[in-house]
Amino acid sequence: MESNNLIINLKDISFSYSGDKPVLDNLSFQLLRGDRIGLVGPNGSGKTTLLHVIMGLLRPLSGTIELFGKTAHEEKDFRAIRKKIGLLFQDPDDQLFSPTVLEDVAFGPLNLGKSPEEARDIASQTLVGLDLSGFENRITYKLSGGEKKLVSLATVLAMDPEVLLLDEPTNGLDDETEEKITDILKGLSLSCIFISHNLDFLFETTNRVYAMADGKILLDETLVPHSHVHTHRFGRLPHEHKP
Amino acid sequence: MIEEQFSIGDSFVHNLDPRVKIIVAIIFSVVVAVSTSFSALLPALVVAVILILLAKLPVGKVFYRLLFVNGLILFLWFLLPFTFQGDALFTVGPLVGTKEGVLYVSQITFKSNTILLAMIALLATIPISTLGHAMRQLYVPDKAVHLFLFTYRYIHVIFQEYQRLVNAMRIRGFIPKTNIHTYKSYAYLVGILLVRSYDRAERIHKAMLCRGFTGRYYTLSRFSVRTRDLVYLTVMLAAILGLVMLQWRVTI
Repeated sequence: MESNNLIINLKDISFSYSGDKPVLDNLSFQLLRGDRIGLVGPNGSGKTTLLHVIMGLLRPLSGTIELFGKTAHEEKDFRAIRKKIGLLFQDPDDQLFSPTVLEDVAFGPLNLGKSPEEARDIASQTLVGLDLSGFENRITYKLSGGEKKLVSLATVLAMDPEVLLLDEPTNGLDDETEEKITDILKGLSLSCIFISHNLDFLFETTNRVYAMADGKILLDETLVPHSHVHTHRFGRLPHEHKP
Repeated sequence: MIEEQFSIGDSFVHNLDPRVKIIVAIIFSVVVAVSTSFSALLPALVVAVILILLAKLPVGKVFYRLLFVNGLILFLWFLLPFTFQGDALFTVGPLVGTKEGVLYVSQITFKSNTILLAMIALLATIPISTLGHAMRQLYVPDKAVHLFLFTYRYIHVIFQEYQRLVNAMRIRGFIPKTNIHTYKSYAYLVGILLVRSYDRAERIHKAMLCRGFTGRYYTLSRFSVRTRDLVYLTVMLAAILGLVMLQWRVTI
């Protein structure tokens, strides 16, 4: 295992919100360059917490976080890292805070020190790349749920990250938008961790799926696609299942 | 929730530099607010109406907005003439209306309507996000501008949250009445709304941190003052100066 390919290296991370039951319990985890990992697990198993710990939004009680070969302790260390790792929040209303779409997508690039003209170009290009051209001057809170999700994704991609962390990207989307996001994510050559309950989505977009339970990642429970004999409504009609 | 009914348009007023409009709106309102003479207030009202006409705003909707303020002023008309010291003008039963009272309340009516019309013509014709950026360029403190823009952005989200909660109460048969159960339920509603807003604020801050926010807020907008802005500024300042001279009876 070459160390320069090791992007995220968590060792014995423990975390709890208010001192009671640990949300992350001596968790160790590694992400190598090019890895595409899916995370599944019941609600409250610590998936979102794990992503927030990686981003430095939550500080673990114990354990070490190594990002891009450097140990990250304090806010300063994480600030440098956030340019390289993009996190998409579960609720797009948390992510989109500017009045217009263009301003929101340009927010990250502006923070990275780009000039307004450059930021505007980057934002427009990112929107075009996600098939969102014409959205520049739309008011963020008036977008539909699916549009909000796509624009949030644009705000993250506009920062040109090396790693993408997505928290339930397909939650609450209709089939069409879900397919669109799936296609977009399949086309990206980034290392990524996707949290999702949607196994179809994970099998399409990731090459490994880990399960999380009780604050631990169960590495030996790597999920393998397989088929069941099954019944469901309308089964008599000719149909296909996603692999 | 906040409908920007007047902000989009293509008129002389809409196309002016927002900073110029803000400055004119502020100076104009202050002068009108401190004026007491009708020989200044009447022309001021005319100026405000001209601004509305220049902005080509739908008259019906503007009138509708004026109704709210004038509803409030109507109460003053019932109160002030009878409570003000001065010469008797008319009597209603045992009540005596004074000349000074009537003059005072007329002044208030003129001023409120004039200022409101000017604000509608000058400020309501700026989209809120642009207004925020223009304020920043006029050296309004960053924190005040953020507060303004975030309030605008999230009041809608909080309102939706409120409606979800109200619906959740309603589908379980809640009917507001005058009793402890109702007060308690409303207190819970307000409480949970506060807690949720606080949580959301935390999440938004985290999302901003993830995108490299360090406390400085950059903006895309650049405004430019053009000839027509300067012409407009000059004409308006001259008009305001005229009002000042009318008010304080200054003659050249």
